[in-house]
Amino acid sequence: MYCSLVDDVTLAGTTVIHIPLYSSTVPAGFPSPADDYVEDALDLNGYLVKRPSATFMVRAHGTSMIEAGIQDKALLIVDRSIKPRHGDIVIAALDGRFTCKRLDLRRRALCSTNPGAEPIVISEGDELQIFGVVVHVVNTLCSHS
Amino acid sequence: MLALVDGNSFYASCESIFRPDLQGQPIVVLSNNDGCIVARNKEAKALGVPDLEPYFMHRGFLAKHRVHVFSSNYELYGDISRRMMNILGSMVGDTEVYSIDECFLRLLSTTKDYQAFGRELKDAVLQQIGMPTCVGIAPTKTLSKLANRAAKKIPRLGGVCTLDTDVRREWVLRRFGTRDIWGVGARISARLADMGIHTAYDLACASPKNIRKQFSVMTERTVRELNGEACFELEQQPEPKQQIICSRSFSRKIHDRVELRQAVSKYAERAAEKLREQDGLTNSMLVFVDLMKNGHRWSRQRLVKLDMHTNDSRVISRAAMQAVGEIFQEGEPHHKAGVILLELVARKPEQLHFFTPQQSDQSRRLMASVDAVNQRFGRDTLHLASRGIAPSWTLARRMLSPAYTTRWEDLPRAEC
Repeated sequence: MYCSLVDDVTLAGTTVIHIPLYSSTVPAGFPSPADDYVEDALDLNGYLVKRPSATFMVRAHGTSMIEAGIQDKALLIVDRSIKPRHGDIVIAALDGRFTCKRLDLRRRALCSTNPGAEPIVISEGDELQIFGVVVHVVNTLCSHS
Repeated sequence: MLALVDGNSFYASCESIFRPDLQGQPIVVLSNNDGCIVARNKEAKALGVPDLEPYFMHRGFLAKHRVHVFSSNYELYGDISRRMMNILGSMVGDTEVYSIDECFLRLLSTTKDYQAFGRELKDAVLQQIGMPTCVGIAPTKTLSKLANRAAKKIPRLGGVCTLDTDVRREWVLRRFGTRDIWGVGARISARLADMGIHTAYDLACASPKNIRKQFSVMTERTVRELNGEACFELEQQPEPKQQIICSRSFSRKIHDRVELRQAVSKYAERAAEKLREQDGLTNSMLVFVDLMKNGHRWSRQRLVKLDMHTNDSRVISRAAMQAVGEIFQEGEPHHKAGVILLELVARKPEQLHFFTPQQSDQSRRLMASVDAVNQRFGRDTLHLASRGIAPSWTLARRMLSPAYTTRWEDLPRAEC
């Protein structure tokens, strides 16, 4: 059995995390019948990153988006090639900082998922700058792994 | 048709991608060791910050105008460059990556509207990685370089310049001097001026035969290229280098022989690594130091011959350290040292010499293992002990930005 994990950030698809579907030691003379079914390894990069050149990773800080499944310290996978639509979770530039909010195009606002939070309305004169659309979120659930 | 795409103030633009607070602010980037100003964004240029001048001379001016100053962050620039080249490569057939921030592209024959496609290239790179670019489109490399320059210098072109008709070609050629042409240096330009050839248009009208007689076949090709006749092809596989140089200025003057030997050991090791990257071997090198003596700059050097062709870091480093020990000047401040590998040959096909020793298989396997470990776990994970541990003379990069895209601990943050 082998399972290799790679801990450097590589988005171009050059680092592939191989998790074999089947793998068994073979007793001499009699091959495992399962080995014929080993086709491919699952590649998390391929699953999470459709366009490596346009994908960036961002670290979330805070809990205002927890209803959208984004915990504090979550890893956000952001695709800049996607045109943002109403309702998307986006990374926007607000007062010179990146902020993660739900995009409300009808009200021209950035909304937290907390029911109590007021939406941040972008006034007509100001340009709404979107860095990219959040396509996946990776929350760490087990801290002693 | 070819296109040349390059990033506007590439290094400075990389620094602002993850810093929305820097939008519209002046930014400069310094060379290795925080020595010179090597990149300025539009806002810094507008303030009159000079290019390629020592940082310390302008420190006060930069502080007064609140210019944001950065050390070179090659990890970041390299990653953004790779992304830019991949985006461009996915939109056309062949490409030639010409430098960290420019790329020649061969446009597909099905491209109808070149100007519109140039805009598409520009928009894709801006949208996907936030890098502003300029695009020059023309039938030859020399013309696409010039078109790119026009796209940059003439604001109303909107960053894209297409030279697909004689009228447009002439319009641009008349606007630039011969010095602005790719491959025409200061000396050729001065001699051309003596012959009454001042603008790119003058040179395009010159007789290729005459130019060949006066200069060289390369300059003749430049004339032909300016007239739309392609003489330079896209080079997709870079030629293996004929020489490998690894040299640095120190963050402080070195007076100590041991420290100097450590520095040279490191440069020799890096040079050997580059040599293995191109699968080459060397049997000679030049080791040099720059120092101050009686208020003058001195350069001392020594040519080293090795017993055999090799790319073994240990052999190259040991010989370089011995040589630098010999040219070291007791008591004088040394401010730079370097190693140049010469007479490079490809490892395959190997030249078999009956009477001369070959690099052993053991050495080759050891070097391959070292390279594999360093590739997997980052440069300098494994290195020779002769360079010392945590030396104090290494590169000063006091204003280094985070490696936003290549290190987990440096990822940009978003408030939630």
